[in-house]
Amino acid sequence: MTPLTWDIASRGLMEAGRILAFLVAGVAILEVLAYLILHKWLKLKHSLPIMLMLPALIAVIALIIYPFGFNLKLAFSNMSMYRFKEFSVGLAYGVQNFLDVFRAPVLQNVTFFQLLLRTMAWTVVNVFFHVLGGLFLAILLNRPLRGKAIYRTLLTIPWAIPQVIAALAWKNEFHYQYGFVNVLLRRLGLAPIQWLSDPKWAFLAVIIVNVWLGIPFMMVVILGGLQSISPEYYDAAQIDGASGWQQFKSITMPLLKPVLTPAIILGVVWTFNNFNVIYLITKGGPMEGTDILVTSLYKAVFEFYRYGFGAAYSTVILVLLLIFTWIYLRVTRGVEEVAE
Amino acid sequence: MSKGIPRKHKFFTSAKGDSPAKKLLIHLLLIMASVIALYPFLRVITISLRPGSQLLSTDLSLIPRDATLDNYRTLVFEKDFVIWLWNSLVVSLTTVIVGVLLSATAAYAFSRWDFPGRKQGLVFLLTTQMLPPGMLLLPIYVMVVRLQLFNTYTGMILAHSVGAVPFSIWLLKGYYDTIPRELEEAALVDGASRIEAFCRIIVPLSTPALGVCGLFSFMTSWSEFMMARVMLQKTNMFTWPLGFQKLLDQFTTQWGVFSAASVLVAVPAMLLFMYSSKWLISGLTLGGVKE
Repeated sequence: MTPLTWDIASRGLMEAGRILAFLVAGVAILEVLAYLILHKWLKLKHSLPIMLMLPALIAVIALIIYPFGFNLKLAFSNMSMYRFKEFSVGLAYGVQNFLDVFRAPVLQNVTFFQLLLRTMAWTVVNVFFHVLGGLFLAILLNRPLRGKAIYRTLLTIPWAIPQVIAALAWKNEFHYQYGFVNVLLRRLGLAPIQWLSDPKWAFLAVIIVNVWLGIPFMMVVILGGLQSISPEYYDAAQIDGASGWQQFKSITMPLLKPVLTPAIILGVVWTFNNFNVIYLITKGGPMEGTDILVTSLYKAVFEFYRYGFGAAYSTVILVLLLIFTWIYLRVTRGVEEVAE
Repeated sequence: MSKGIPRKHKFFTSAKGDSPAKKLLIHLLLIMASVIALYPFLRVITISLRPGSQLLSTDLSLIPRDATLDNYRTLVFEKDFVIWLWNSLVVSLTTVIVGVLLSATAAYAFSRWDFPGRKQGLVFLLTTQMLPPGMLLLPIYVMVVRLQLFNTYTGMILAHSVGAVPFSIWLLKGYYDTIPRELEEAALVDGASRIEAFCRIIVPLSTPALGVCGLFSFMTSWSEFMMARVMLQKTNMFTWPLGFQKLLDQFTTQWGVFSAASVLVAVPAMLLFMYSSKWLISGLTLGGVKE
């Protein structure tokens, strides 16, 4: 064990201080240059907003745009563990990498299309239960009720716990002999389940954990939406003799849509991209049976050291995500136009 | 409303006159849901209190027999726990400062000026939040290795800033939008420059928003796992999520110690979250709706 000595502490502080000093000096030099060039020399109309944005712009270029471009370059390279420093770039490598995504196993056995199907199942099942559970709890909480604030706080807990801790704690609880899930099953007189050594059960286990984790977010968002609906709508509907289901369908759902649409997009992107839950609980195993696209991407790159291939693979995954969002936005907007 | 019309099927509305039976049912459902939400964490607390001899048991009682703080003692005095927390703290605090410093003025520009490319810029920033995790990890890993920043705080801070900067810009822009322009215009009429107006009016008004923005970047960076997994190899450079994962590699011996560590990290994190979540929610949903 290493104790936290003054030595280590001061080293950390110095490193942090160095970064900040570097940042401040860099921003100052940048702004002076920008002022001289844009304002004094070129006399641009928009020189002030450009100067305000310049530091962030450079950070975004250095931290996102450049790495993104570099990733594309790696996709057209033969970079691997043995060719980490000296790799070559060429169109042929790129074609090879992109074709490999679709025709060869991504890891040892599992193929891209299996992973795609599994990711879609994972996303749809999770988001479906997040919205369903969130809607159910929000409707219950949106009534005059004693102890509402307490329920609300307790029900938010899965969201409040750091995800890493929640995932690791659940992993233990799926232990065959000592985890509470199987202990409960046994006490109920049921057979215990091989949660983490059978791919099918393992997939169910990670879905259970992720549903548990994701419901509070939807609950809170939907509750906010419900509270903004004026009760007059319901009074009017009751005068017209609308049933509860009709009120839900014609008042609650349409008025929730502006809140639900962004929440569902976020939920889908978060679930699709969820690395922590699966990786920490099953590492994608057993036998690659719980890998989804993003966990297999991580493993292809950092466990199989297929850098060039991984770069191509990540590009394919990003394109998939963008297509989804585009379609979803189109469809929901299309529905809006019909309704109007 | 008139008495002649019976109120029926009010399940989806906020009616005042629920029958006692219905109230009971609602309370039962909510209690059940609360137990499901809370129980796994209660179990973590229970296991953290178990003495070594009873670590592996199928006991489900919440307070174990012979409850002890041994696991906490082991954690603090025999594991690198304190150093992991320190590393996490250095990385996340610096990331927050970098993120807020870079984004405060940029967000202001996005909020107040209509320059060419503004809308595209905002959409771009939002799109970066969708990048699959791991997509930028490989190029950044290669960059970090080439710059010899592997196993350093600097490398981690760089990696965490990737997400923090766009997120902070987006959140702060949403807040600036709610500050009426008339306030600055009045100052401009009084002869202040744009920069003075920003420093004297906008910054003081948005201190709470800057704080909240910092808090969220902090919480994201504080619990980040994947980048740490790639960027750090030396045990004494680990951030806590990585350290925790290593603790669990040997399930049987470390379950109690892991649980103690989880309690110590999760309780403050949960309190912080409860305190700040209302801002996060409005930031996430309003920001999405507005643009």
